[in-house]
Amino acid sequence: MKDFDENEHYPPKWVDYILAKCIAPHLVEDVQGDLHEVFYKTASKAGLFRARWEYTFAALTHLKPYFLKRKPSKHSPSPLFSHAMIINYFKIAFRTLAKNKVYSFINIAGLAMGMSVAMLIGLWIFDELSYDKHHKNYDRIVQVMQHQTRNGDIGTQTANPYPLGAELRRNYGTDFKHIIMSTWMNPHILANGDKKFSKPGSFMDAEAPEMLTLDMLKGTWSGLKDPYSIFLSESVAKAFFGESDPMDKIIKIDNNLNVKVTGVYKDLPYNSSFRQLEFLAPWSLFEISSPYLKTMEDPWRPNNFPIFAQLTDRADIDQASARIRDVKKKNIRKEQLKFKPDVFLNPMSKWYLHSTFKNGQRIGGRIENVWLFGTIGAFVLLLACINFMNLSTARSEKRAREVGIRKAVGSVRRQLIMQFFCESFLVVAFAFIVSIFLVVLVMPLFNEVADKKLIMLWGNPVFWLLGVCFTLFTALIAGSYPALYLSSFQPVKVLKGAYRAGRFAALPRKTLVVVQFAVSIVLIIGTIVVFRQIQFAKSRPVGYTREGLITIYLSTPDIHNHFDVVKNELKNTGAITEMAESSSPPTNSWSSTSGIVWKGKDPSLSSDFNYSNVSHDYGKTIGWKFVDGRDFSRDLASDSSGLIINETVAKFMGLKNPVGEDLMWFDSHVRIIGVVKDMIIDSPYEPVRPLIYSLANDQGGVITIKINPNISASDALAKIESVFKKYDPGSPFQSSFVDQDYASKFYDEMRIAKLTTFFSILAILISCLGLFGVASFIAEQRTKEIGVRKVLGATIANVWRMLSGDFVILVVIAFLIAAPVSYYFLDGWLQKYTYRTEISWWIFFVTGFGTMLITLMTVSFQAIKAGMMNPIKSLRSE
Amino acid sequence: MMKRTFLGEFEEIVLLVVAACTDRAYGVTIWESVQQYTGRNVTMSAVHATLYRLEDKGFLSSEMGGATAERGGRRKRFFRITAYGNKALREIQHIRQELWQAIPLDKLQVIQS
Repeated sequence: MKDFDENEHYPPKWVDYILAKCIAPHLVEDVQGDLHEVFYKTASKAGLFRARWEYTFAALTHLKPYFLKRKPSKHSPSPLFSHAMIINYFKIAFRTLAKNKVYSFINIAGLAMGMSVAMLIGLWIFDELSYDKHHKNYDRIVQVMQHQTRNGDIGTQTANPYPLGAELRRNYGTDFKHIIMSTWMNPHILANGDKKFSKPGSFMDAEAPEMLTLDMLKGTWSGLKDPYSIFLSESVAKAFFGESDPMDKIIKIDNNLNVKVTGVYKDLPYNSSFRQLEFLAPWSLFEISSPYLKTMEDPWRPNNFPIFAQLTDRADIDQASARIRDVKKKNIRKEQLKFKPDVFLNPMSKWYLHSTFKNGQRIGGRIENVWLFGTIGAFVLLLACINFMNLSTARSEKRAREVGIRKAVGSVRRQLIMQFFCESFLVVAFAFIVSIFLVVLVMPLFNEVADKKLIMLWGNPVFWLLGVCFTLFTALIAGSYPALYLSSFQPVKVLKGAYRAGRFAALPRKTLVVVQFAVSIVLIIGTIVVFRQIQFAKSRPVGYTREGLITIYLSTPDIHNHFDVVKNELKNTGAITEMAESSSPPTNSWSSTSGIVWKGKDPSLSSDFNYSNVSHDYGKTIGWKFVDGRDFSRDLASDSSGLIINETVAKFMGLKNPVGEDLMWFDSHVRIIGVVKDMIIDSPYEPVRPLIYSLANDQGGVITIKINPNISASDALAKIESVFKKYDPGSPFQSSFVDQDYASKFYDEMRIAKLTTFFSILAILISCLGLFGVASFIAEQRTKEIGVRKVLGATIANVWRMLSGDFVILVVIAFLIAAPVSYYFLDGWLQKYTYRTEISWWIFFVTGFGTMLITLMTVSFQAIKAGMMNPIKSLRSE
Repeated sequence: MMKRTFLGEFEEIVLLVVAACTDRAYGVTIWESVQQYTGRNVTMSAVHATLYRLEDKGFLSSEMGGATAERGGRRKRFFRITAYGNKALREIQHIRQELWQAIPLDKLQVIQS
């Protein structure tokens, strides 16, 4: 042992650490001592390495229950869950709450608001994630979609050519249980006797009810085998037949198809992709009523129909999708191969939340909103918890004496922690009850804004379980800081009254205030930018006049056949100034063509122009503006082959003087007679699509009317309705205002804007409540100091500046954190819009200034109150 | 037969070793002696556990010694056999002796040869 230096060679430290932690305190000294002694012996005899190894081994064999068991204490135990003590905790908690009413109100109200937001968002996310899930074949249903390449851009679409369904069935049938051809869910006129309704519904293959597992109230799934049959949803059946039996009654679709009701199904839930399916008619009927399907010259060219399918139980979706990838390429004509149509299957689980594609890749979808609002909800709840912690710690000085007394009479720290957790649990439980009331109260409004049908899941045990877990969790999180902090006070110091929080005692509190304001500022900046973006898109020049324009969709040819008579009659009543017919409404574009060829067109360039067939005076009706050329004229018969194009088309074609240019449209010669200013037809956030108008005499389907601005809209509508009823008695009269249709293009963004506004107001409110509370406690804490200052000559303004200064610095720090964070996220959000607003500096300025103002107002109330206090009163008690 | 506290074989050996120690006995010396006398490989934790158990049962008593230099200043726990421990050992020895004497002579010869 002589040549062995104990100071340099010692047993492994980590083993010693484990031993010291694990072995019962009354044994650890001699056990460890013995082990060390042996270690040094071994080390000097057999070397350090061996000694360490043996030491570790010997130490580990000591980790047996016998050595770990603590010696029972000689003192009487202080049980953590003593009945009497818990009752006492709650009693004291109630008294504290009742004594400090403002504080209790701030605490409970703030927390309740945070919790209701979290609850609403939770319900909303639950609803979003359960979209389509009630379909029993949820994991087997797919939609057939295709990626097509146009001039290097890959577009993704749900529309497929008519023969694709049959082709899939014939050559790829092994993977599929059902393949369902479908029409778009458009409104159709259903009539029975005098009752007529326009209801959205589809024509689908006869197995559709089985695939969708419709809940049949009458009839069976096989009821659509006969072409002249129809399924009605429960609500539609009620509307037609009331309580009487709808089965075998005759319904007339679009005034020309008589079908028999062979089934009634329960309305599909609101969170289903098929929620609008209010009637279901057989695909075979659609084929009968649309004979053109069989006589198409190139049936694989137009993409017209959605196709749904159900995979067999064993089929793998990825493999099935890969197998049908080239199905279209094998059938289309050579010149269309440049579109590279890749057919694929989109599983139902991705329809709603993950169906945004960019360049052929899935890039997300509504799931982004789920993340967005989930994050906001978590943050608002965090703010509320921060408030709670803040207020409780701010009050710690008030409770310090109590803690001291409790400790002096024998409370151990664990009991105090328990006490404060009980207290926070009580507050959170109150808040939970209040928040449930709040949620019930706000639910209808929220549903309207969010376009949802959320309900409280009163009867759902999972909801209650989550609610209780959530309460406990919040109580733990919110109560942890005060519990751990307050219980650590030393009774001697506290009871001597020498207790003073150290210099850094306020640091956590300050950090919390900064976090709170940083979150609020991010939310405010976000709200402003979302609104700016909407405003930006709204202020784009539309290119036509929306005011006083209405559209009427026609399902029957009656109005078309009497077009001029109707128009003249309406003009004579003075209700309208102009009326026109077209194949697409002014706010949408339903058709596109790739068949236009112009002089000098690069054969490899694929052109995809939207087009609309219009009647004379269409331009006059909507008030488009010519850049060059002229409108269609009744006097020139040659105008039937004339085209009016928008500026984008002219630019795309690269023609200097487009007017008078001769083009080919498939096999017919056409000529450009006019160029109109670009109009926003599709998305207001995207560049204007190329659009051409041609003159057509066949039934367009959409009537656009310009109401006489000199008479009121309701009068005009009444007159229009009576004339329409006269000439088209079979159809219910339904019209929509173009400006409203246009506004609906902003619904999604408006929804986000409204929700974020709602949440940021709440966040600010919660933050201010907390700030108000903290400021009042700080003012109270410094009462004496303020008294002394006033005696020495401080003015109210001095006191105010002193108290507000601290908070101003905190808000400035919060702003410095929040500004770059919000810039980063909002910039990312804006990137998805082609037309986007700038995030200009004034937004930050206004937000920072506004937050500062709100902070000052909140704090000033307390600061001025403190400053006005009579110093005699505050100093007398010393 | 009077009621006795049961002693296991290893406990008996440890107890005997404590009794046999000339110096003051503590963990390390006892551990080394046990190995020496029995020739078995014994872990120190087994010795420690037995010592504490014997103390709990009242066969041994212990006291902490003064601070030491060679084991990081940690004190040693010295064990001493109690009167009750002595009695237990005596009883065990007594039983053994009776049994030895009960062995018939011819068998005893076989054993001792």
